[in-house]
Amino acid sequence: MIQVPLSTIAHGRSGDKGNHANIAILAYTRSGYDWLATHLAADDVAKHFAPLAPSRVERFEAENVLGFNFLLYDVLAGGASRSLRIDTQGKTLALALLQRLIEVPADHARMRRTGEREAQAPGWPNQ
Amino acid sequence: MTTLRIGNGCGFWGDSLDAPIRLAQTGRLDVLTLEYLAELTMSILAVQKAKDPSTGYATDFLDVLQRLTPILREQPKLKIVTNAGGMNPRACAARAREVLTAAGLADRRIGIVLGDDLLPSLESLLAAGHRLTNLDTGEPIETVKDRIVSANAYLGAAPIAQALAAGAEIVITGRVADASLTVGPLAQAFGWGFDALHLDRLAAATVAGHLIECGAQATGGLWIHADESTHLENVGYPIVEVSADGRFTLAKPEGSGGVVNIETVAEQLLYEVADPARYFTPDVTANFTTVHLEQAGPNIVAVRGGTANGITDSYKVSAAYRDGYMAAGTLVITGPHAAEKARLSGAILLDRLRQSGLTFEQSRVEALGSGDVVPGVLTRVDAPEVVLRVAVKDARRAAVERFTKEFAPLVTSGFAGTTGYTTGRPPVREVFAYWPALIAKSAVQPRMEMLT
Repeated sequence: MIQVPLSTIAHGRSGDKGNHANIAILAYTRSGYDWLATHLAADDVAKHFAPLAPSRVERFEAENVLGFNFLLYDVLAGGASRSLRIDTQGKTLALALLQRLIEVPADHARMRRTGEREAQAPGWPNQ
Repeated sequence: MTTLRIGNGCGFWGDSLDAPIRLAQTGRLDVLTLEYLAELTMSILAVQKAKDPSTGYATDFLDVLQRLTPILREQPKLKIVTNAGGMNPRACAARAREVLTAAGLADRRIGIVLGDDLLPSLESLLAAGHRLTNLDTGEPIETVKDRIVSANAYLGAAPIAQALAAGAEIVITGRVADASLTVGPLAQAFGWGFDALHLDRLAAATVAGHLIECGAQATGGLWIHADESTHLENVGYPIVEVSADGRFTLAKPEGSGGVVNIETVAEQLLYEVADPARYFTPDVTANFTTVHLEQAGPNIVAVRGGTANGITDSYKVSAAYRDGYMAAGTLVITGPHAAEKARLSGAILLDRLRQSGLTFEQSRVEALGSGDVVPGVLTRVDAPEVVLRVAVKDARRAAVERFTKEFAPLVTSGFAGTTGYTTGRPPVREVFAYWPALIAKSAVQPRMEMLT
C-alpha cells in the first residue's frame, strides 16, 4: 500500500445547499469506484472536515457516474447569506477533499485517469 | 418536430453579459434560457421593490434583451424563457416590451408567470395552518416572521408551457425551479402532460435543465482539468438537443472554447445535489442515478435515462428575513511571517474597536494565502504575502459602519509590510438570512397571463 492524494484516482465538484455543502467525488475508473466504496466513508470525510464542525456527513452513491456524493450538514457557518467566511458557498471543499491522502495498492494504475473518457465513442443515433 | 435545442446563456445574476448574445448567434437555438435568481437574490429584489414599486427584477436582462434584438429579427422563431422577473415579473415584462417596441419588435408576445410570491398572503397561509417550519432547523417561522422580506414558492414548468402554448415568444417568470425553465419548453413542444404518464419524460427534461442551469459549469467551467488548452476565454455555453423520448445530447456552439466531456457533465450532474436518487423539483422527483452518459463525439455527450422517483405534493419555499448587517475588508501583509502578522493585525483591529466599546456578535479574521479558505483542513504554509480579511456581523448598522473605518489606520499603525488599502472603506450590507420551507401545492396558485 502507498498513500496518494485522492485526486490521483478521482475528480469532483462542491457547492452549497443552504447551510449544508455537497461534495461530489467521481472515480476515474470502475476499479477506483470500487476502492472508494470501502475506503472513503462518510466518517472519513467528517474527520477530514472536522475543523469546520459538520453536524453530520451522509454519503450517497451515484454508481452510474462512478460517484459518491457527500452531504456535509451545517458546515458553512451560516451559508451564503450570512457566513463570514470568504468561501460562503463551499465552492472550494471538493479541492480540499481531493488533496486528502488515501491509501491505495502500490500498483493502482487501473484506478488512474486514462485518456479513454475523452476518446470519441461510437456515434449516437441522433447525431 | 423531432428535437428541441435549448441553450442556457446565463447561470446567475452577474454572469457574462456577452454569453447570451454569442450563444443565440451561434447556437442554432429554438429556445434561449436565462437564469438570474440565486437563493437570496429575491430578498434583495424585494427590498428594492419596497422602495420603488417599478423595480424588483433582474435589470441585466433588459440590457441583454436590447442586444439580442437584432438576433430576434434574424431568428423570428427563437424563444426566450427567463426568471428575470424576480419579485416583479409584470414590471420586467413592461420594460421588455419597451425594449422590443423600440427595436421594431412590438409584435412579439410576452407571457408572464405569477403566483410564486407568498408574502402578500403570508398571514392567511399561516392562519390556514401552513406552518412554513424551517426545513433545516425545524424552527417555527414565528421566530422571524416580523422580519421577513420575501417568501417565494419555487413554481414548476406548467405555467411556462402554458405561456408558450398561448403563443408567447418570451416568457418572464418570478421564482421557478431552475430546471423548470428547460422543462417548460420541452413539455410544450412535445405535448407532455404534467401527469403520471409523463413523469419519466419530465425527469429526463429535469436532468437536461439541471445540467445547463449553471451555464458554463457544464462546458468546462470549474472542470478540474481545465487549463490553458481549455480556452475558457471563449467558453461556449451549454446547449441540449432533446428528443420527444427525453434523450438528449449536451454540446456547445461550434468554434467556442471550453470542453464537454463525461467529466464536465458528471461533475455538474451532482452539483448542489443532496440525494442523487431524489432530486426534488415541483415537476417531478428525478432520479439522477439512472442517467447514462456517453461521449458521442468531440464536445458532445449523449445523455439518456433519468427517471422519475415520484412527485411531491409540496412546493419548496425560499423565504428571507432581516438578520443584521455585515462588512468585510481586506489589507495585504507581506514579508517574513506574513500570515502570523496578518492574524495579529486582525486581532489588533478588533481590539481597538473593543477599546472604543464595540464588540460584535460575530467576527472572523482570515489570512488568505496561508490555507485559511478551508481553515484547519488545508495545510498551513508560510506564504511571502497574504491577504488579511476581517469580517463582522452585528444587529447594529452603526457598529458595522464604525468597523469599516478601522482598516486604514493599520497602514501606518500596523506592521511593516502592510499595504493594499486602495479601494476605500468596505461597504456595509444588510444580511437577509435564508429560510427554507415547504408548502402544500394546493395552497399556491401558479398562473400565466399574456402581456397586453
